[in-house]
Amino acid sequence: MSNIKYILGSFGDPDDLMHGIEKLQENNVSIYDVYTPMPIHGIEAKLGIKRSRLDVLAFFCAITGTMSAFALIYLTSVVDWRNNIGGKPAFALPDFIPIMFELTILFCAFGLVGAYYASTHLFPGRSPRVMDLRATNDRFIIAVDAKQNAEHSKIDGLLKEAGAIEVKHNERKYISYE
Amino acid sequence: MSGHNESILREPLITGQNITYAKITDDILTPVENKPNRAWWIGFIASLCGATLWVVAVSYTFWFGIGAWGLNKTVGWAWDITGFVWWVGIGHAGTLISAVLLLFRQNWRNSINRSAEAMTIFAVICAATYVVSHMGRPWLAYWVLPLPNQFGSLWVNFNSPLVWDMFAISTYFSVSLLFWYTGLLPDIATIRDRATGLRRKIYTIFSFGWNGNVKTWQRFETVSLVLAGISTPLVLSVHTIVSMDFATSVIPGWHTTIFPPYFVAGAIFSGFAMVLTLLLIARKVLGLENYITMFHIESMNKIIILTGSIVGVAYLTEFFIAWYSGSEYETYAFVNRSTGPYWWAYWMMMTCNVISPQLLWFKKIRLSITATWILSIVVNIGMWFERFVIIVTSLHRDYLPSSWAMFYPTWVDVSVFVGSIGVFFTLFLLFLRVLPSIAIAEVKMILKSSSEQEKLKQIKSGHLDKAQVKEYIESLEKFDSVKQEEYAKI
Repeated sequence: MSNIKYILGSFGDPDDLMHGIEKLQENNVSIYDVYTPMPIHGIEAKLGIKRSRLDVLAFFCAITGTMSAFALIYLTSVVDWRNNIGGKPAFALPDFIPIMFELTILFCAFGLVGAYYASTHLFPGRSPRVMDLRATNDRFIIAVDAKQNAEHSKIDGLLKEAGAIEVKHNERKYISYE
Repeated sequence: MSGHNESILREPLITGQNITYAKITDDILTPVENKPNRAWWIGFIASLCGATLWVVAVSYTFWFGIGAWGLNKTVGWAWDITGFVWWVGIGHAGTLISAVLLLFRQNWRNSINRSAEAMTIFAVICAATYVVSHMGRPWLAYWVLPLPNQFGSLWVNFNSPLVWDMFAISTYFSVSLLFWYTGLLPDIATIRDRATGLRRKIYTIFSFGWNGNVKTWQRFETVSLVLAGISTPLVLSVHTIVSMDFATSVIPGWHTTIFPPYFVAGAIFSGFAMVLTLLLIARKVLGLENYITMFHIESMNKIIILTGSIVGVAYLTEFFIAWYSGSEYETYAFVNRSTGPYWWAYWMMMTCNVISPQLLWFKKIRLSITATWILSIVVNIGMWFERFVIIVTSLHRDYLPSSWAMFYPTWVDVSVFVGSIGVFFTLFLLFLRVLPSIAIAEVKMILKSSSEQEKLKQIKSGHLDKAQVKEYIESLEKFDSVKQEEYAKI
């Protein structure tokens, strides 16, 4: 028994999964993580995960984009080298707006997605840390750290009771890939 | 998760019985995990021939210069910019589906957004190749970027709509790519976890290590929503700026304030037509009738009627303003458009864009796959002619009658255009083979709320209003993928 690292409750239905989380929490079993093939609304609240602040970051990236665009255009066409184009003023703010807008969006998108990849540790070639290969297909997995929660048979019982199709005892944390 | 059920009056978004999460994965990944069938090979080889033609024609243009095209002193823009605007416009539907419909919580977008976004990306690639190839000296294409330089006084002219356009198109392309690829990660992970050997290694690299834990999904949803929020004004801005390439000039026929909304509506119009052209075939060939249902097709047809009518109103408004402005040059440009030497192009545009889409008001036509497909092609032809009419008929008779001319395309013009369609289809067919054509995770999300089987279960449980159930069952008659016998008993 001591080799078991993680206990996985594998559910076939998101409602059963939510039920399983409730069961475990009622019995003070701490949940390591939950793996699902699709987003499940309401699960963050249940697991006490704080709301993502990526949207705030996106706002600041966007503002940076706006200001960078303004700075670029102002410094080049007003300060560095004024061109006389049909006698029109060099500092023509309305003409700056399209590019300021586009760079706002560009900076926001790249900043946001970059921050998302960094915070979630997603990058090309990263070896996937998967506990159950069906978690990206048709199973909803609750993972419980077996070292922290000693009563394994009780956990098995709770998961089964909540409707888990199978309960696995993994001796390796991640079964994926060498 | 499904604490409350969706109203029975809403039509199902997934049809068929015994649809499970596993079945969704299997159905959608069938083309990716199996050898291609004959239909795919035929399509692919034909598209590849087109793509080869494109390579030949574009190389010829690069070698001999723009003189290879039929342009002359009077008509300095013709098929190149027509093709460019046509492709950019087609791209707009993908972003509209993925972003605008997400903000409006239109769940029917879930099964069409992936391929529509792919279409956007490939269409913008085709558009970008026109931009580069019409430059004359394409190896100096980087001159449109604001780079510090030593060849003269010059930064780029930030007052020029062509520079705005460069920013708009490149932002549009890269943001669409990010949005599309981030949405693809969970589905690539699904393929990875089902694959073995080399395939698994390749998909591992491209899945970025996705494992679908709670935090990843939570952030994923935040990112999708913010990206949708910024892509919505972006997509409107892109075609607005494309229209400003014309509208900020002083050419009669171009110099109008109606261009931005008119171009955006036209872009959505042509984009949805192209989505239908592609998906009606993909749905049949790939056997995705349960996910892309008659409801989806009808909804897209309704958007086509709406945007087609907006475009029609814009054509009439343009004409009215040309007369009402009292400017004789403006009036002449429009009279010449409709009755001059290019009258046939003008009336082709009018017929294909304004008159024939009105047929979609008839339910029978809207729900006929053959009719819808033919109309979608007609709209694509019409929208090409719209751009041709705007560009060529406004240019070919300028202020000096001695310089009036006609535009005759050369084989290179035609080949670049036909070839770009080949490039587009080559990319799209490759996409169907290597990536899931429907967003698997997003379809799974609506299985428990909007599928036919769930609704049938609700009906059978018998707590629903009889009149509403009757209306629901009547609405199912249009679905070609619903077995009606099941409902005859109720």
